[in-house]
Amino acid sequence: MFYRLARCIGRYRAAAVATPLLMVGEAAIECLMPFIIANLINDINAGCEMDKILGNGVILVILALCSMLFGGSAGFTAARASSGFAKNLRRELFARVEDFSFENIDRFSSASLVTRMTTDVTNTQMAFMMIIRGAIRAPLMLIFSIVMGFYMGGPLAGTFVVVIPVLAFGLILIAKKAMPTFRAVFRKYDRLNQSIEENVMAMRTVKGFVRENYEKEKFGAAAEDIRRDFTKAEQIVAWNNPLMQICLYFNMIFIMLVGSKLIVANRGTLIDVGQLSAMLTYGFQILMSLMMLSMIYVMITISAESVRRIGEVLTEVPALADPAEPVTEIPDGSVEFRGVSFKYSAEAEKFALEGINLKIGSGETIGIIGGTGSSKSTLVQLIPRLYDATEGTVLLGGRDVKEYGLEALRGAVSMVLQKNMLFAGTIRENLRWGNENATDEEIEEACRLAQAHDFVMSFPDGYDSMIEQGGTNVSGGQKQRLCIARALLKKPKVLILDDSTSAVDTKTDALIRRGFASYIPETTKIIIAQRISSVEDADRIVVMDGGKISAVGTHEELLRSSVIYREVYEQQTKGGGTDAA
Amino acid sequence: MPRESAKKGVLGRVLRTLFESYPVLAPVVAFGLVFSSVVSSIPALFQQRIIAIVEIYVDSGDWTAAKAEIMPLIVTLIVLYFFSISLMIAGQLILAYMTQGYLCKMRRKMFEHMQDLPIRYFDTHRAGDVMSYYTNDIDTLRQLVSQALPQIVRSGAILATILGIMIWYCGWLTILILLGVCAMIFVTKIFGGGSARYFKRQQQTMGKTEGYIQEMMNGQKVVKVFCREKESMAAFEKINGELCEDSFRANAYANCLAPIIGNIGNVLYVLTAIVGGTLLVTGAPNFSLSGLPVSISIVVPFLNMAKQFTGNVNNLSQQVNAIVMGMAGAERIFALIDEEPETDEGYVTLVNAKTEADGSVTETEERTGRWAWKHPHGDGTVTYTPLAGDVRLFDVDFSYDGEKQVLTDVTVYAEPGQKVAFVGATGAGKTTITNLINRFYDIADGKIRYDGININKIKKADLRRSLGIVLQDTSLFTGTVLENIRYGRLDATDEECENAAKLVGADDFISRLPGGYGTELTGNGANLSQGQRQLIAIARAAVADPPVLIMDEATSSVDTRTEAIVSRGMDKLMEGRTVFVIAHRLSTVMNSDVIMVLDHGRIIERGSHDKLIAERGTYWQLYTGAFELE
Repeated sequence: MFYRLARCIGRYRAAAVATPLLMVGEAAIECLMPFIIANLINDINAGCEMDKILGNGVILVILALCSMLFGGSAGFTAARASSGFAKNLRRELFARVEDFSFENIDRFSSASLVTRMTTDVTNTQMAFMMIIRGAIRAPLMLIFSIVMGFYMGGPLAGTFVVVIPVLAFGLILIAKKAMPTFRAVFRKYDRLNQSIEENVMAMRTVKGFVRENYEKEKFGAAAEDIRRDFTKAEQIVAWNNPLMQICLYFNMIFIMLVGSKLIVANRGTLIDVGQLSAMLTYGFQILMSLMMLSMIYVMITISAESVRRIGEVLTEVPALADPAEPVTEIPDGSVEFRGVSFKYSAEAEKFALEGINLKIGSGETIGIIGGTGSSKSTLVQLIPRLYDATEGTVLLGGRDVKEYGLEALRGAVSMVLQKNMLFAGTIRENLRWGNENATDEEIEEACRLAQAHDFVMSFPDGYDSMIEQGGTNVSGGQKQRLCIARALLKKPKVLILDDSTSAVDTKTDALIRRGFASYIPETTKIIIAQRISSVEDADRIVVMDGGKISAVGTHEELLRSSVIYREVYEQQTKGGGTDAA
Repeated sequence: MPRESAKKGVLGRVLRTLFESYPVLAPVVAFGLVFSSVVSSIPALFQQRIIAIVEIYVDSGDWTAAKAEIMPLIVTLIVLYFFSISLMIAGQLILAYMTQGYLCKMRRKMFEHMQDLPIRYFDTHRAGDVMSYYTNDIDTLRQLVSQALPQIVRSGAILATILGIMIWYCGWLTILILLGVCAMIFVTKIFGGGSARYFKRQQQTMGKTEGYIQEMMNGQKVVKVFCREKESMAAFEKINGELCEDSFRANAYANCLAPIIGNIGNVLYVLTAIVGGTLLVTGAPNFSLSGLPVSISIVVPFLNMAKQFTGNVNNLSQQVNAIVMGMAGAERIFALIDEEPETDEGYVTLVNAKTEADGSVTETEERTGRWAWKHPHGDGTVTYTPLAGDVRLFDVDFSYDGEKQVLTDVTVYAEPGQKVAFVGATGAGKTTITNLINRFYDIADGKIRYDGININKIKKADLRRSLGIVLQDTSLFTGTVLENIRYGRLDATDEECENAAKLVGADDFISRLPGGYGTELTGNGANLSQGQRQLIAIARAAVADPPVLIMDEATSSVDTRTEAIVSRGMDKLMEGRTVFVIAHRLSTVMNSDVIMVLDHGRIIERGSHDKLIAERGTYWQLYTGAFELE
């Protein structure tokens, strides 16, 4: 896991290595400075020998400039390394998801993937920056300062023996106590935000039922609950500063009192006034380093959760892979299911599909009918290997689909999904998803076939009209027709429509199907539909029930032989029943 | 600059609301911060005294004499420290309490105000944007209140104290240090400003990246089906690179600020030593409030004061980001709070009714199951109209944006108990009509009367209570199935809820759920099918038992076989109610009393199914569109 993260540093390795080194340089100078400053103070005390003051002054200014240079460059490289690291990490995540099969996608919700690629990566980036800037510098500074303190202050350094363990212990205690509280409250906070989102989405329902005050009360209670928990957590952390100050003050008083005594009693021979002030500085630096270490500790613990969530995606193994020697040529559009069974996960008890045997000839038009949960969609998703059959084989053009390269396979099998989507961009750009190099004529032809051309032309910008994110500015029926056109542009050997005309009026629906018959006769067409009218003119109709094929036949045959089919048919016609747009 | 002043206004408003919320605690915390900060800057003074004493006795080596003078100082210092620490602890604890209290108050204020906003607000603002007020902007506000503002107070107090002490002792050195501070401010302006600018930009790019990732993650299956992985990756690389650059610049500026300012402080320290030394050597006349001559016991503590002074300027400069971001966040939060709420001039209310012996209707406290509109008149009299469910629209015109006319001359009569259906293409204005009846939007022209009362006179809450709606996009809430059904009427018993579910045919699947009616729903009922969610929503409307029902594509996702089962329940639910139905399937609307065919916001045909079929118009075409295929 950490190897994977480390790999994301990639070409920012130089910056990532330079940062702690530069920070060490800065820390070294920062520890040297009090030493020179002590000399400077003694120079002044000794009667202001300007030569010496100037000498030490110049050294100090040079040191300050070096420190500025080190510190500044470290800031620069740290920013470079961490932002680059975050970029690579995001790319790695995105690329990994691109490799996911449907099975993998089902395991992660899209919202959780978005959080992982944004918030979690940002948390990790911040922790990473903090680590390269502080994780080496802080302990080094601590050791430097302690050594210098003992070297310069002699007995005065005794105060450190007391202060360091007290502060270290205190900080650890606070962090240990605060972490679980924070983790719990953050989970609650997430839930609160989820409920706000839920409320925003459901505003019509809330207002429709006049539940504004009810919602306010519910939210108020949740918000107060969060407030209590957050206050508790923050009040634990609030002890950090006073603890630090207590140690600092203890240091000051000890050094002042004992220091004065040592100076006076020894007539300035053991230590001098300059060393006194240097000791104060070292004491301060030691405490700051400890504080820094505790901050790094907290940051690492906070980001550990993010790292874990990122790791989950990075270590997810894509369930499908290209075969070793992929076949790229698909001979024809014949499809065969041979003893196919399928379940969505190995742990699932129930098979979604069981004992499917079905042969579909190239160019045939097949309708599939069945109630919700009868696994119609599951069946067709096995053809372009969106999922792999658990048992049995699916054949396309006489070969096991697993023998084909994924890209070739999915290029030949065009599927219009039930939950379809258009993307932000122009209509033309969206259609080109089907074929990157499609000419304008080809695009138009596909749209005519899908009965989309006329409404596209009615838009002010025609094919260059912008589709908004999620395709919200076209109606459901228009969206479905564009999706069909997009699928047609692939010039597929097999075309699968998974309930893709549900929002299209019956007349247009019929026109689309008629177009298929005359323009793409060689293409195998598999049409899943709710309404009988969409499938009744198919060569054969498959009736699915509970994951099994219940009956296969033409419309007339099924009306005679299949109870389910007849029931659906009667339900839809008795009421005059079809749909209108 | 008006923009500049607007920003100042925001900061002022944050402070004002903060102090208004905590009129006692906020000043206490401010005082605690100031006191403990001042105390922490005083040791410089004591240090100077102690060193002076040490200087005096160092040659004699007489510790006892020195001790007698030093001890009182140390004791005073300890006492001061004690108070400082106590105040600090109290201050920190109260600050945590106050910050969270303030944030909680803001959250509630935002949420409560949001509940009162008109539907228009939600139709014109994306949910994601609204959400970021509650997450990102509240977070920047937290930083502002809990970190930046206290730091400003703390550093400000220390700076003022030290400045006072410095002026007291030596004017020359004070001027020198102030000059150095000017340099620091200049650097802060460049680097802090740069960092704030890029942090803002980073936030924007982040939003863009998030939008793209969201779209791609939602459409992941489509991407796979079309093998567009490479292309979507390439577009991602571009935004990702942009984000990386902004993030780099923002952090680089921020990271460089501290070392540069800190080292200007160091240089200033040296300059103070040199100038101080020169003053000592040359014996130049001092100018100061104290009138003391420049001496070693002034110059040495001055060095420390210089360090403390510049250190605090550094601390302040670190807050530039938090302040800029916090104010931007606060500005957006205040914009939401200032958003114009839904107005309601209605004065006709819905009351429990009972019929007197003489046939007149009067108001009563108890729940009679019968309702009446209470209509107070200008002359002080009150009339009661029984709630019947008679809804009429007269020549209604409507436009969402004031430009594009969505409805023109729409006239609809729905008598009590009638079923009125709207049929037409997407965008023909079917849903808009229902939006007007429950006053999610107000009509531009025409009249809508409910039981003969102009709906503008009816209190919105009462109007909506008398209308039940079931929408195509079902919204379910986190909670149990039972709680979701009860949403229709909060005082409904479990039994009433279950009966409602039975009535609409939802009982069957609910009782087969793992936890039955107690099954927890999350993420808008993500674990249910769309059809099942619609059934729960219908049960919810059934429990509310309103005289008028609006069904907007309520059964569109229930498959036809299930719909057959549901339809009996639906028929029962509709019995005796005025129902407006918008449906996709003609089978759902056929048995309506009146069917309205809408086209581009106009009613082009109206009448019963048989009448419309006989007319052979658009409805007939729609209807026969199916039969033509046989």
